[in-house]
Amino acid sequence: MTGTSFQPRRLATGGLIDRTRTHSFAFDGETLAGHPGDTLASALLANGKRLVGRSFKYHRPRGILTAGSEEPNALVELRAGAHREPNTRATTIELYDGLDAASQNRWPSLKLDLLAANQLFAPIFGAGFYYKTFMWPASFWEKVYEPAIRRAAGLGRAATEPDPDHYEKANAFCDVFVIGAGASGLAAALAAARSGARVILCEEDFRLGGRLLAERSEIGGRPAIEWVKAAEAELEALPNCRIMERTSVVGVYDGGTYAALERVNDHVPVPPAHEPRQRLWRIVAKRAVLTAGAIERPIVFGDNDRPGIMLAGAVRTYLNRFGVAPGRRAVVFADNDDAFRTAVDLLAAGVEVAALVDARKGSSASARDAAEKANARYLTGAVIQRVRGGQSVRGVEIRDQGGKIELLDCDLVAMSGGWSPTVHLTTHLNGKPKWDESLGALVPGALPPGMSVAGAASGQFGLASCLASGQSAGAEAARACGFAPSVHALPAASAASDETTASTPLWQVADGKGKAFVDFQNDVTVSDVKLAAREGFRIPEHLKRYTTLGMATDQGKTANANGAAVLARVTGRYVGAVGTTTFRPPFTPVAIAAFAGHHRGQDFRPARLAPSHGWAEEQGAHFVETGPWLRALYYPWEGEEPQATVNREVANVRDRVGVCDVSTLGKIDVQGKDAGIFLDRVYANTFSTLPVGRARYGLMLREDGFVLDDGTTARLKDDHYFMTTTTANAVRVMQHLEFCQQCLWPELDVQMVSVTEQWAQFAVAGPRARDVLQGVVDPAHDLANAAFPHLAAGEVTVCGGTPARLFRLSFSGELAYEVAVPARFGEAMMRAILEAGAPYGIAPYGTEALGVLRIEKGHPAGSELNGQTTAHDLGLGKLVSAKKDFIGRFMAARPALTDPARPSLVGLSPVDRDDRLRAGAHLLPKDEEAIAKNDQGYVTSIAFSPSLGHWLGLGLLVNGPERHGEIVRAYDPVRGGDVAVEICPPCFIDPEGERLRV
Amino acid sequence: MRIRCPYCGERALEEFTYRGDATVTRPKSLEPQAADAWVDYVYLRDNPDGHHREHWHHSAGCHAWLVVTRDMRSHEIVAVEFARKGEGP
Repeated sequence: MTGTSFQPRRLATGGLIDRTRTHSFAFDGETLAGHPGDTLASALLANGKRLVGRSFKYHRPRGILTAGSEEPNALVELRAGAHREPNTRATTIELYDGLDAASQNRWPSLKLDLLAANQLFAPIFGAGFYYKTFMWPASFWEKVYEPAIRRAAGLGRAATEPDPDHYEKANAFCDVFVIGAGASGLAAALAAARSGARVILCEEDFRLGGRLLAERSEIGGRPAIEWVKAAEAELEALPNCRIMERTSVVGVYDGGTYAALERVNDHVPVPPAHEPRQRLWRIVAKRAVLTAGAIERPIVFGDNDRPGIMLAGAVRTYLNRFGVAPGRRAVVFADNDDAFRTAVDLLAAGVEVAALVDARKGSSASARDAAEKANARYLTGAVIQRVRGGQSVRGVEIRDQGGKIELLDCDLVAMSGGWSPTVHLTTHLNGKPKWDESLGALVPGALPPGMSVAGAASGQFGLASCLASGQSAGAEAARACGFAPSVHALPAASAASDETTASTPLWQVADGKGKAFVDFQNDVTVSDVKLAAREGFRIPEHLKRYTTLGMATDQGKTANANGAAVLARVTGRYVGAVGTTTFRPPFTPVAIAAFAGHHRGQDFRPARLAPSHGWAEEQGAHFVETGPWLRALYYPWEGEEPQATVNREVANVRDRVGVCDVSTLGKIDVQGKDAGIFLDRVYANTFSTLPVGRARYGLMLREDGFVLDDGTTARLKDDHYFMTTTTANAVRVMQHLEFCQQCLWPELDVQMVSVTEQWAQFAVAGPRARDVLQGVVDPAHDLANAAFPHLAAGEVTVCGGTPARLFRLSFSGELAYEVAVPARFGEAMMRAILEAGAPYGIAPYGTEALGVLRIEKGHPAGSELNGQTTAHDLGLGKLVSAKKDFIGRFMAARPALTDPARPSLVGLSPVDRDDRLRAGAHLLPKDEEAIAKNDQGYVTSIAFSPSLGHWLGLGLLVNGPERHGEIVRAYDPVRGGDVAVEICPPCFIDPEGERLRV
Repeated sequence: MRIRCPYCGERALEEFTYRGDATVTRPKSLEPQAADAWVDYVYLRDNPDGHHREHWHHSAGCHAWLVVTRDMRSHEIVAVEFARKGEGP
């Protein structure tokens, strides 16, 4: 987009922006213009916009403090509608054409924010106010205070619609990982990459260069940007080096693992098709070089948060990199020489410099020189005690050594309390930074394994030492990976940029006036820190919790050092002894969407599909998630209500015949000479005595004596068993068996493999099941009851020679078979069974009918095998062998686990047959009050039984088996049920089991 | 965290499943006097300040059970070996 694009504060020349092109963007609905190469912050400043947001608690007007990811103030909502992203930092948002941003936390508008009245009540909004002020009456907290506070405080609004963008996750591996592409990082990457090491260089900015982009430094007698471009070109040409711009390294993890967020398409309005907005990288590196630079510190003085007060380094960034003059008349206020260079850069850009206010007592030659060059007054031993102006700086009150106050008009204050190395990533594995007295800053202490630090991040601030330490760290890292870096001569850095870096920080202007902010983002002032200290919160971790200093999206990047210093002063301690809070990942905020990647909604995890899934979809089946599987829940006919479908499917099994895909059951092939002994040791009952060609129900315990899983296992050959597990526990049982095999009894000759995916298995159940199977199984196999009785198992062929396995197993209580074929024949097998069954009225049934059938028969399933039940609880005590050792044997025999008073399995029938039962209802004696003392168990499973014409249930009840015939209450306070139920044996259909033996 | 599986090489943490203490031994006795030994085996775990031998399963890999020696203070993996003696490629 082009058009009229007058930008009042844009310089005519200079900077790394493309003035030949214009980006149009909107801020709070106003259309403004900027250039490619701008950030939102630099474009706003170019347009003379200084008021960018309102503060968290007091709704104070706030502007732009920094030029980087440490920004605490200039948080905006980026984009609109479903794409809206709150709390993005204007200082890191790359300007694009059509960008739409809005200020936050103001009502009704940024200039007129009625909630700014909060600052009039500052006394009650002090540290910990929410713990003290809103205590009474207690019921008011939830209903009145909290909603009101939530409306008034806070930052941006999250989008209310689902995020329409894609996010992805990726992995990368390298020898040397360089974090940060400033002077040190480029030098490190060059040294490592030239040696042949695989190098990844990550830079959070959209340009390489770091501070070199912001300073008028020279390298090798040429502007530093030329060296940056040459270094970038060389690295790009090396096939073993990968440069990742717009990528923030946000976390350090064990084993040389790093998390990095790549903003792939945050600099365009909508990502191109098939591209993600952001990509979360896991980078695994043998060595890492941290060259993350340093963060400049504000000075704490009265009203130091007014728009127009910026960090001196940020002022130089806007002047030199973005070609923006952030003011017309400036005052530079600092305690170090580095910051006073800003005056020269300001004058060069045509900004008048009123004064250099040097907090240091003595005169500095370098600062005096800067003042002379900038035609500015140089005031030593002076401080700004207060700022004039509300929505923008209008002037400052300067107090000199003698206490004399002078007013100076200005609209820009460039302040600097010195620089703190960006140590955050060195502390993610618990390393503690240490105090360096000469720098007046924390420097990295013990480093994560494999990491080294160079340049400003290590406290070596001068350009020459950045280049030298970067190069040597890069070479050393490559050497550690087995490469032989050669020595390259370093280009000379300009003398002017090799500034002195020692600093005696001022931290705080004593006896200032107005609100002196320590943490801008959380509105924490000196008074808050004082109050906290008075109340006993004297260490930084406690101070943080009480005042919120150092919390929020910036994690106190510009606040922590000053907070510790103010706390030290208030408590009369040495600042180096106060310590710091713990920095944790992520270094900068990461959207939840990036952590989720593609794992959203249906794609949260891969769905496993049963072999007959495609066929079931054709039938219009409804599906249900069971673990990772999608299983057919029921197969409705057109216009049929779900309950009617389930009733029909159940009745069809009881009266005719049904078919169900049971392939999701875990299937484990167990082979070997000692397979029978092995199974005896993992099952509570015995399998070594199982004849070949027979199957048996098996119960597995955990070593603590509780039930782990159940299933059937068939013996196909002397040394070959075929085990099934429940769908839910398939993976766990396999892992358990492998543990037993490899760790407990390695001497046994037994092997096992999961074959769940290899076999499609179908249950054919109902009085006509044999008739159906005879149409499928090849005629050579005799299915007569005598030849293939209940619990028979064997290998057969089906459909004219397809190998299959046939088991006569019944979960429904009817005559039933399970037939298994190689998975690739699964769908064809389902169709063949239905075709063969058509004359007998076959119908498919889903998991819902399966559940009803098993509840009618009282078979325990997931709700009963819940990890808290014993064999005895489930009425399976007689299965537990006393003749052998097996997993869980000893612990299951503990008296408390076989106590008859334990809740045990019972059947439940409503006394009034019209009553509905609810799973989870508590079982209480008939006339007892519904209180915890009278709780005797609960309903585990319920179903409407079409066979009996009423609801029925299974439950666990104290002394259950002795109480058949008793009436108890099934009390369900959550859903309001209170039903009289009769206790009965847990089997409602054919208790003698005659049907399944015919 | 990364674990160097003797079969598969160095792999990311999510390929492995943690089980726990590899130093406990399953009691052989089923006599009542063995109750303390069983309680120790099933429930009681040390939390050493230093190296710990623990069972990990390469569940998304070769399915080998491994004994991993890990420094409980730093998460450093000091050694990885097969749980089954004599196992190996």
